[in-house]
This record gives sequence, structure tokens and C-alpha cells, in this order.
Amino acid sequence: MAHGAMKSGEKAKNFKKSLGKLIAYIGNYKFGLIAVMVFAIGSTVFNVVGPKILGNATTEIFNGIMSKLSGGSGINFDAIARIILLLLVLYVVSAVFQFIQGFLMTGISQKMCFKLRKELIEKINRMPMNYFDTRTYGEVLSRITNDVDTLGQSLNQSVTQLITSVTTIIGITYMMFTISPLLTVITFVILPLSVFMMSFIVKKSQRFFRDQQAYLGKVNGQVEEIYAGHNIVQAFNREEEVIAEFKATNKKLYESAWKSQYLSGLMQPIMGFVGNLGYVAVAIVGGILAAKGTITVGNIQSFIANVKQFTQPIGQMAQVSNMLQSAVAAAERVFEFLDEEEEEQKAENHAPIKACELEGNVEFEHVRFGYNPDKIILKDFSADIKSGQKIAIVGPTGAGKTTIIKLLMRFYDVNDGSIKIDGHNIKDFDRSELREVFGMVLQDTWLFKGTIMENIRYGRLDATDEEVIAAAKAAHAHHFIMTLPGGYDMELNEEASNISQGQKQLITIARAILADNRIMILDEATSSVDTRTEERIQKAMDNLTKGRTSFVIAHRLSTIRDADLILVLKDGDVIEQGNHEELLRKGGFYAELYNSQFEQTA
Amino acid sequence: MMYPLNNISFTAKPGETTAFIGSTGSGKSTLVNLIPRFFDVTEGSITLDGVDIREVEKEELRKNIGYVPQKAVLFSGTIASNIAYGCENASEDTIEEAAEISQSKEFIMAKPNKYQSSIAQGGANVSGGQKQRLSIARAIARHPKIYVFDDSFSALDFKTDAVLRKELSKVTGNSTVLIVAQRISTILHADKIVVLDEGKIAGIGTHKELMKNNEVYRQIASSQLSQADIEATLA
Repeated sequence: MAHGAMKSGEKAKNFKKSLGKLIAYIGNYKFGLIAVMVFAIGSTVFNVVGPKILGNATTEIFNGIMSKLSGGSGINFDAIARIILLLLVLYVVSAVFQFIQGFLMTGISQKMCFKLRKELIEKINRMPMNYFDTRTYGEVLSRITNDVDTLGQSLNQSVTQLITSVTTIIGITYMMFTISPLLTVITFVILPLSVFMMSFIVKKSQRFFRDQQAYLGKVNGQVEEIYAGHNIVQAFNREEEVIAEFKATNKKLYESAWKSQYLSGLMQPIMGFVGNLGYVAVAIVGGILAAKGTITVGNIQSFIANVKQFTQPIGQMAQVSNMLQSAVAAAERVFEFLDEEEEEQKAENHAPIKACELEGNVEFEHVRFGYNPDKIILKDFSADIKSGQKIAIVGPTGAGKTTIIKLLMRFYDVNDGSIKIDGHNIKDFDRSELREVFGMVLQDTWLFKGTIMENIRYGRLDATDEEVIAAAKAAHAHHFIMTLPGGYDMELNEEASNISQGQKQLITIARAILADNRIMILDEATSSVDTRTEERIQKAMDNLTKGRTSFVIAHRLSTIRDADLILVLKDGDVIEQGNHEELLRKGGFYAELYNSQFEQTA
Repeated sequence: MMYPLNNISFTAKPGETTAFIGSTGSGKSTLVNLIPRFFDVTEGSITLDGVDIREVEKEELRKNIGYVPQKAVLFSGTIASNIAYGCENASEDTIEEAAEISQSKEFIMAKPNKYQSSIAQGGANVSGGQKQRLSIARAIARHPKIYVFDDSFSALDFKTDAVLRKELSKVTGNSTVLIVAQRISTILHADKIVVLDEGKIAGIGTHKELMKNNEVYRQIASSQLSQADIEATLA
């Protein structure tokens, strides 16, 4: 408990606004929530009344003994049995209420998580590409997994605890007053003392907890880094320095962890001590009152039980406020993403032709573009590409070779000028239908768990087995597939690590051939595969690009040379264009790039 | 017992570049990783100036090696601290020279804090190509007797690759240079090319010699270059 109370939850940037949104969102489940409240209050009330009734039993026994001593009738066992039976019923009902309440609340919070996750995933597909430029995928992923999880969990616990703690506190205070106002006042004098001491320790230890977290992160980072660069540490003789550095951080972690753990360990005993002081006071004053006959013995017992019950909800309230903070912080991030601006999906003035009927003549007209409007990289790019031509995009690493492709598929929009397919501006098509015009084979192959047949069929879901096999043949994949155990029915595992990199590439090519898109986008692999597979991949690519307009991010010289048009990029801009011979004759950047590989250097 | 490398014998001389080529899994990386003693040979021996490297203190041996791994790794600190990783008291001149040769100077100077720009854990705040160049600079700053480039050029584009090697040749002078490569163009002018295939030596020679009499090498070449290019390299 000490830990839960201590962990300072993440703070929301705008607590009130986000809390409002969260409440509005939970409002969808208001009937469920009202039911939860009714059952929670019910269960607590029965719980709070318990001690008082139990006290009656004690009083009964006490009176019985007293009367026996004075020669009376002795203990009234029937009355005691009745009291105990009543008590039993109360506790059972209270437990049942608690079960129902837990069942309802879990249902509500999980349903809410389910709905949020669904909304987040749908949202991702409607987000413009540039949103992901400034954020890591991990960040977005963490909203779907961690934040929604935190929200669900803390909501589930905090709502219930909030209701029960408040009810308990009110209920117990009431019960205590009905027993003895004097004792109640004594308790309330001692209570602030414990609250004060607790907050003092929390304040003191929080600093060390923060330090502990920070140094823990540092230790983790160092281990990770040293482990990842182990051979470099060795090769550069840095073992001793690395160990010394680690020792220093580890020592700081030890110191802060020692202090924070020790201080938080002090909490329980101190609380216990203050609590015991309270008991002593209650017992002494209670005893005096009982001797005077203004209070029954059973009442003292009930009262002590009440005091014990009191500390728990107070601790819980502290926890709840922490949990609520992290829930609101999580909710803030989730809603922030859900409220992000989306890219419009439908074209306003749709072209008089469906995208699937396009032939693939691509025209760039004075295209001007920058990822950031202040920093234009593509200054004035024009090109006229006829259906069926092959375009090679070349340039040094970091020259922005994928920019043109991102513009073509409308992940970004041009700042000025236009891109047309068959004379129709690409903005006049719906995004989803426009993207269906393009087929892609990328360096990072994407295959899923399933058979090879299913993986190829993903290109066109209604393809027959024969069509899939024909596509595999055209992709030069048929031969190797037949040599695999199970052939087309062989199951690929999650990372498709049970076939080679080259084979994965062939399967994705087969998939693209099957999909039969009008315009192909190819990203040639830089990593080398064995010579024979390499040859197959090239032949398969040739089959794929035959009769289709294709844009190739080219690394292979043969591809570049065969292209109908080569676009040479540098610092994001197209600085030269033409075919191989033209560009060589020109003697510019391309010629330099091309010749550099044969230069005598070694 | 299947060994990833079998019966490998060759000599790399000071002042010369010895290159290793072969398909994935041919054992190129394993071979050069034996030199800084990340592993030791099971049988046979590797000698440095006639002395078995297993008889030299690891620290002493590694002092003489400038190692550049396949996957560049940087450490949290600054650009300068990363370049000087292998020789703590490197002078500013040494650091700058290493940056210049490794073609890092341009991007370093473009940063507001130049050489004092911070590097995040694992080098997460620089691009892949920049990381690779800094990891080359780190090896250069040591002025080692032996350079080991374990497929360190593949992440660079043709142009940077070529310029970098040209600059590098100016400082490697009397050092022994070992290069593992994927691209034929990277090793075209090496004094000695060792062709590996399934853990065995398939041939040793210069580009011209291998083109004449080595089938494995010819296959690799023709998968990367056109007929016209190949002829140009032989001319």
C-alpha cells in the first residue's frame, strides 16, 4: 500500500478539461454506473453497521455476567443468537453486493477499453502521414496499449474505491457519533496527527523515489548500451572505463533506493503507533465512561472497531487520487489522439472516371513541395510519363528518394503544381481508390502468419488457386515453393523466419503480380542475397513491371540503365532527369555518381 | 561438427588492402572477427608479425586494431567522445581529421554544437549513414596498424563509399586493411580479394585475375554489374 500511495502518477496537462471529457465518455454507461453506486453504497453501509451490532452482543454477554454475579438470570443466549444471525445476514448481503458491484464495474471499464481501442485503430487509418513524421510509432502504439490499459485499470479500481471510501468515512463518522460524541472528538484530534506524519514521510521520501527511478533508468540504459555495443567496448579496450561508469551509477541507485525503501518502510510502523495511541486514549476514556455507566462495554468495542475501519478508507482516498491522476493523464493522451485532425477521405469533385479504369500515364506539372512549408525541397518538378514506362529514382542516401512516391500516393499533398494520372488530378479521386491503383514491393517484406497460398492471395482475395500459382510462376517463386514441405500449404510463422529473405521477396512479388495494379512502386533491396536468388528476383521484377508504369527506387545499376527515365535526386530536389545515355553525356551529378564506383581508390 | 570456416590460409600485408567477398553465410564476418579475438580459432592459428595472437594480451592486441562493425553502434556522450572512444586523450586535431576522412565533417559542422553535439543512447539521434561514418571515424582516430571493416560500407551510397575510401587510402599508408564487402565496386581495386563460399576459400586474387579464373566471383560480379560495366573494370 505504501508503494501505491507513493507512486506519483503522471500529471495531466489540463486536468479539468480532460476529466470533463473522461466523465462525458463514461457517461455512455450511466445506467451501469448508477447501479454500481447503489450496490457499492449498500455494501458499505452494511459493513459499517456491523461493529455496532457486534457490540450489542458483547453488551448482552457483559450484562449477563454482571446479572449472574448479582444472582440474576445469567446470559441471554437467545438474544445473542439472534444478534449473531442478524450480523451474518448483514455480512452476506454486503458481500453479495460487493460481487455484483465488481462484476458491473469490470464490465463497464473493459467495454470502454474495447471501444477506445477500436476508435484508436480506426483513427490511425485516417491520419495523415505527416502526423507520424514528428512522432515515433512507439508513441502512438503506447496510446493504444498502455494508456488504454492504465485507463481501464485505474478506472475500475478508483471509481469503486472512491464510492466505498466516501461512504465508509461518512458512515463510520455517523456511527461513532451515535455511540459517543466525546470519543469521536478524541479520535479526530489524533487522526490529523497521523495524516500529518504520513504526509511528512511521503514528502521526504518522494525525492528519493524520484532519484531511484531516474538512476534505475540510467542503469538500464547503460546495461542496454554496453550489451548492444559489447564487441566495440572490447575492440576499443574500454572494459575498465565502462565498469567504472556503471559502478558509479549503480552506487547512486543503491543510495537512493536504500533511502526511499527505508522511509517507505517506516510508514506502517508510524501509522501503527499513532493508531495505537488512539486506541489507548479511547480505551482509557471509554473505561471511565463505562464505569460511570454512560456507555456500554459493547459500545467501546464497536467504537474501537470503527476507529480501525477508519484508517483504511483514508489511505484509500490518497491512492484513489493518485490513480485518478494517472487515469486522467492517460485519458488526455487518448482523447488528444482521437481529436487530431484527419485527412479527408473522399474527393470533393470526383473525376469523371473510376480510379480502377486508369491506364497509368503520370504527369507531374511544376510540382513544388516541402515537408515543412518554410523549407521547400522539391522546387519545380515536371515530368511526363507514359503508361508502361519504367522510372528509376536514384540519389545518395538521405536525398529524399521516397518523396515523389509519397506525393504520388497522396501521403502528402503538393504545395503547388499538380500530379495527374491520365489527365485527372489525383486530388479528384478518393484516397482509398487512388491507393488501390498502386502496387508496392518494398525492401521490408510484409508477410503474415498463414499459408504461402494465403499470403500470395492477399494481393487479390477472390483469386483462384490456379491464378495464385500462375502468379507464383511469373514471380519465379513456384519452383522453390514446390521444394518446401507442404508446398503452397506451408504455414509461415509470425516473422516468416522459416523462409529466406530472398524467398520472402519473391512471395511479395507474386502477390503484387496477382494484384495487377496499374502502377508499381518498387524499392530494390540493398542487402545482398545469394547470387541465384538475386537473379530470380530480377527476372520476377521484370515480369512484374512489364506493361505497367513502374517507379523504382533503384540501387542496381542494370535497373537504372534500363529505365526509360532516370530521376536524379539530391537534397530532396530532382536535379537531373533523362535516360542513362543522356545523363552520362551531360556529365553532371549522375555521371559523377555513376563513374565514382569504378574510380581507382584503394 | 560443422565449422563455419574451414581450412583458411592467407597473408595480409602492411600497406595492402585485403578484401573478402561471398554470399550471406559464407563466413566473411566470422573470419574477420577472429582477428580482434572475439572468438579464437578451433584449429590452426592466426599470427601477427609472426606471433600467434593467442599469446598476446587481448588489450595489447586490440590496441593495434581499428574495428568497424557491420552494424554501427555509438554510445551516449558527444560526437567527440564517440570519435575518441578508442584513445581517450586524442587531440582535437586527431578528432577533426578522423571526422574529415570519414566524411562526417559536413554533417557535424551543420549541427549547432558541432563536435560537442550530444549523442543519445545507442546513437538513436543520428541517421544510419551518419552512425556508420562516425563509427569509421572512431577507428581512424586510433591510427591503428590493422583496419578491420566488417561490411561497413554497405549502408553508404556509391558516391560516399567511393570518396570515403579514397580519403581513407591517404591515411592507411602502412597499415594492413581488411575489408568485408557486399558490393564488387567496393573492393574492385583491393590488392588481394579472398572469395569465400560456404566457409571455404573459393579463390584468391585481384579483380582481374578472379574474373578470368573464378566462377563464384564471376557470378557475384555479373549479378551486380552489367556486361559493359564489367568490361570497363577490366580495361
